[in-house]
Amino acid sequence: MNQIRRRLARKASEFFKDWSVPRQLSGQSAVAEAARSSLSEHQRPRLEEADRIGTSICPFCAVGCAQLVYAKHGKPIHIEGDPRSPVNQGTLCPKGAGTLGMMLSELRVPEVLYRAPHSSAWEKRPLDWAMARIAALVKQTRDETIVDRLADGTPVRHTLGIASLGGATLDNEENYLIKKLLGGGLGVVSIENQARI
Amino acid sequence: MALWDLANSDCITVMGSNMAENHPVAFRFVTEAQARGATVIHVDPRFTRTSALAEIHAPIRSGTDIAFLGGIIHYLLVNDLWFRDFALAYTNLAAIVEEGYLDPEENDGVFSGLLADRGIYKHDTWQYEGQISAAASAENFEQTTEAFEGGVARDARNPPPTDPTLQHPRCVYQIMRRHFGRYTPEMVEHVTGCPQATFLKVCDALARNSGRERTGAFCYAVGWTHHSYGVQIIRAASIIQALLGNIGRPGGGVLALRGHCSIQGSTDIPTLYNMLPTYMPQPNAMTQHGSLADYLKAQTVPTGWWNNLPKYMISLLKAWYGEAAQPDKGFAYDLLPKLTGDHSQLPTTLAMVDGVVKGQFVFGQNPVVGNTNSELVERGLANLEWLVVRDFAMTETASFWKKGRLVRRGELAPDKIGTEIFFLPSAMAAEKEGTLTNTTRLVQWHDKVCDAPGDCRSDLWFVYHLGRRLKQLYADSEAPEDAPIRALTWDYPTNGDLSEPDAAAVLREINGYTVAERRQISGFLELKDDGSTACGGWMYSGVFPSADENRARSRKPDRPGSFTHHRGWAFSWPDNRRVLYNRASADPEGEPWSERKRLVWWDAKSGKWTGLDTPDFIRDKAPDMRPNWEENPIGSEALGGADPFIMEPDGKCLLFVPSGLKDGPLPTYYEPVESPVGNPLYKQQSNPAVKLWRHSANGLHEVGDPRFPYVFTTYRLTELHCGGIATRAMPHTAELQPEAFIEVSPELAREIGLNNLDWAVLSTARGEIEAKALVTERLRPFHISGRYVHQVGMPWVYGWEGYTRGDTANVLLAIFGDPNTSIHTTKALTCDLRRGRLYGTRARL
Ligand code: SF4
Repeated sequence: MNQIRRRLARKASEFFKDWSVPRQLSGQSAVAEAARSSLSEHQRPRLEEADRIGTSICPFCAVGCAQLVYAKHGKPIHIEGDPRSPVNQGTLCPKGAGTLGMMLSELRVPEVLYRAPHSSAWEKRPLDWAMARIAALVKQTRDETIVDRLADGTPVRHTLGIASLGGATLDNEENYLIKKLLGGGLGVVSIENQARI
Repeated sequence: MALWDLANSDCITVMGSNMAENHPVAFRFVTEAQARGATVIHVDPRFTRTSALAEIHAPIRSGTDIAFLGGIIHYLLVNDLWFRDFALAYTNLAAIVEEGYLDPEENDGVFSGLLADRGIYKHDTWQYEGQISAAASAENFEQTTEAFEGGVARDARNPPPTDPTLQHPRCVYQIMRRHFGRYTPEMVEHVTGCPQATFLKVCDALARNSGRERTGAFCYAVGWTHHSYGVQIIRAASIIQALLGNIGRPGGGVLALRGHCSIQGSTDIPTLYNMLPTYMPQPNAMTQHGSLADYLKAQTVPTGWWNNLPKYMISLLKAWYGEAAQPDKGFAYDLLPKLTGDHSQLPTTLAMVDGVVKGQFVFGQNPVVGNTNSELVERGLANLEWLVVRDFAMTETASFWKKGRLVRRGELAPDKIGTEIFFLPSAMAAEKEGTLTNTTRLVQWHDKVCDAPGDCRSDLWFVYHLGRRLKQLYADSEAPEDAPIRALTWDYPTNGDLSEPDAAAVLREINGYTVAERRQISGFLELKDDGSTACGGWMYSGVFPSADENRARSRKPDRPGSFTHHRGWAFSWPDNRRVLYNRASADPEGEPWSERKRLVWWDAKSGKWTGLDTPDFIRDKAPDMRPNWEENPIGSEALGGADPFIMEPDGKCLLFVPSGLKDGPLPTYYEPVESPVGNPLYKQQSNPAVKLWRHSANGLHEVGDPRFPYVFTTYRLTELHCGGIATRAMPHTAELQPEAFIEVSPELAREIGLNNLDWAVLSTARGEIEAKALVTERLRPFHISGRYVHQVGMPWVYGWEGYTRGDTANVLLAIFGDPNTSIHTTKALTCDLRRGRLYGTRARL
């Protein structure tokens, strides 16, 4: 019993010696000696674990704040403002600062979902199947609705049967290919994005 | 202007934006300017954090911006407080307008040329005397040339007639004095509800911070564009800035604060119906666009930079159709689809409801939340044969068939909805590489740092592989209508196990290359109209000037103590110029207006323009060069060395716009389409050219309809971004803004017996929604026409998916558009508000 009590007393005294608050009260500096503890001695910066660091741009508003993305085994572990950027000089607003939370969100859907006509549920489907099915539907709709000339002979070579919406959250290269394929290749004219909203 | 250039400003007016909350990091340059002594002004219906940080907050009733800005123009003109040396030299203030021109002052509130039954204007009487001025190419929308009947005449062979003494009764200066004559401080107070004293404080601050030594800036966001006269609001600010000499100069400008990370890029390289990459018009069957020759004839302006259009258009056709684009075949121009009307998002929504549209792609957008009249959007989606939604988490647009308002209300059921729906998960910025263009044209590359989970793929992957499959499906077709997809160049290299297409290869194509050697071109000056060059977007030319030099990836900011506009940090189009029209930062002789405000100047020794930014001017065109009209100069030769506005046909800043605007050459105050009051300025109540699409589920409220007595306005929040699901599925931001709310002034709350945190119901002819009330002095009633007008506000960012949920404000809004842009109105409509809940519509979302 006594042994246990002694051991507890020793632990308590070690704990109090290691705990920052009593040491600060006894005059040690909160930003120097008192900031160290046996725990802190063994801590390493989390970012040390990153095996890849790259530059990214905040995916929200058009201010274009630059970010540094730290990744480990292909997964992001930390995102912060890039201090070199003349736009944000390392700062981010609550949205930009939360980017990691978006990438790792539990609400993220990592698989293809398919809802058949009149069905009341989503089904998981292979990506390749979905791509083939979408390509077939696009061709079918386009072939049904393409107009080569108006009744008076004016050439239009377009379809009003397919529409595309979105682009302002995508890369420039992605926008370029959407306009090129859907507009230049398939004759879709209603290609629109958030610029009007 | 560049974002960081705001720090050089002496007076910053934020209007139509809550910049501190919605563009927080850009706002740091406003506070920096303030720390250096600048005056910050916030003109806004609400008192927000932006107002709290401003020296002056001027409250105005939602939608009355043109009355306020017109009042400033009036004040500057009658008190002679404009920057004469600048405005006289660089604007069309002295130009003389046609005799047939009638101003709203003398024509019952509308301009001459209105075809009232069609709601469009003919522009003939808005021209300079004896001339027909061509609109800069990008502004030639379908009705513009139609209104000219026969197309814009191409025979301008003289500069516009002018009267530099400004005495001619039909010179732009005199027309403006008459046009804005009744926009007095009394009238401003009467229309906007802003006290005269506050309004005059704003005018005084603007006037004091103008001239050689001082500059001011305006910052705006969708608080200006989301109106039935949004373009004219921005025009009004541009007129003020041109009169005060605040364009092309350090700390001067009109800064658009745009919403999405690539909204600028997706406008430049447009996923928009009416344009081809970098502001060339999409061919239109209703105009003389039948062949390439017709198109170029109709669209190539004789004078100004846009005269280069044929080089850019033919290079685009080479980039898209490669071998098929041969000179004897009109460079395959006939493979491009032609427009037959307005195919923008608003009429397309109605076309979905009407069954014209059968299949739709949705890329990272969420129209059920973001589009006006959400229930109509749901009806449209339910009427599709197929729908492909690409996003990173479930969106309202993808799940409308299960959880939508119409389904919850029992009007629709999943078994009645035949739409075949695909949800394809997308990769995000750090999981793919490519460029995003920020709101100041800064094209910034982002790296791929990590791998996207599961089946998440970049949109580049999706579009590339869809295109590959379609090319296979069409490979054997000989039908002429299938020629475009067969001819389309589509050979992008792919990398890795996932066959990810190489984004750099796409950016190289956008930059442009020589066809024979496939050598990257260094900039748009190398583009030719003979088919020897290919270029996917001429304004971006220079971003990838050699095979391994990606300037969007450059990360070399200026060193502390030196300032050359951070030209080593990424790339800004065009030609890495950071401030557009920066020739105007020097006086007509080429000297900086002052030492304090120097930016670009003429160096006589080297015979070149030089300075702290890349000159937005022909490098060796001397300030005293004048066009020789005897020789019929074309293109840039027709612009002199003191004409900084190189994209305009006459090199001048257009205060009065002869061609290119669909609703008038000068901004004119009209009431919003839905308003509780009549127009105090004119007999004409609302914009006569507004785009209306009648539909039984899209009813509009009459002026002063007693059933809908309050002004309704919407906005977003620092933490929750637009209609996209992103921030609602992001734990931190969702926790910070846990549910939807309606902002109500204490006065209105008292009037209808509403307490803070009570449930309340908002209603319009389009629908009803509920949310908790936040009773706050941030909203105040306005005293208009002898009575109080109440305003109600609500963030529009909510839906039924994500961690943070609530009713979608866009249920209340209607589908109608600005005449120039087809942009919807979200800032000023009318509504009713009552205490209580919507019976039976939902227990929980
Ligand atoms: S961090 Fe905030 S201000 Fe910066 S780009 Fe992202 S959303 Fe915009």
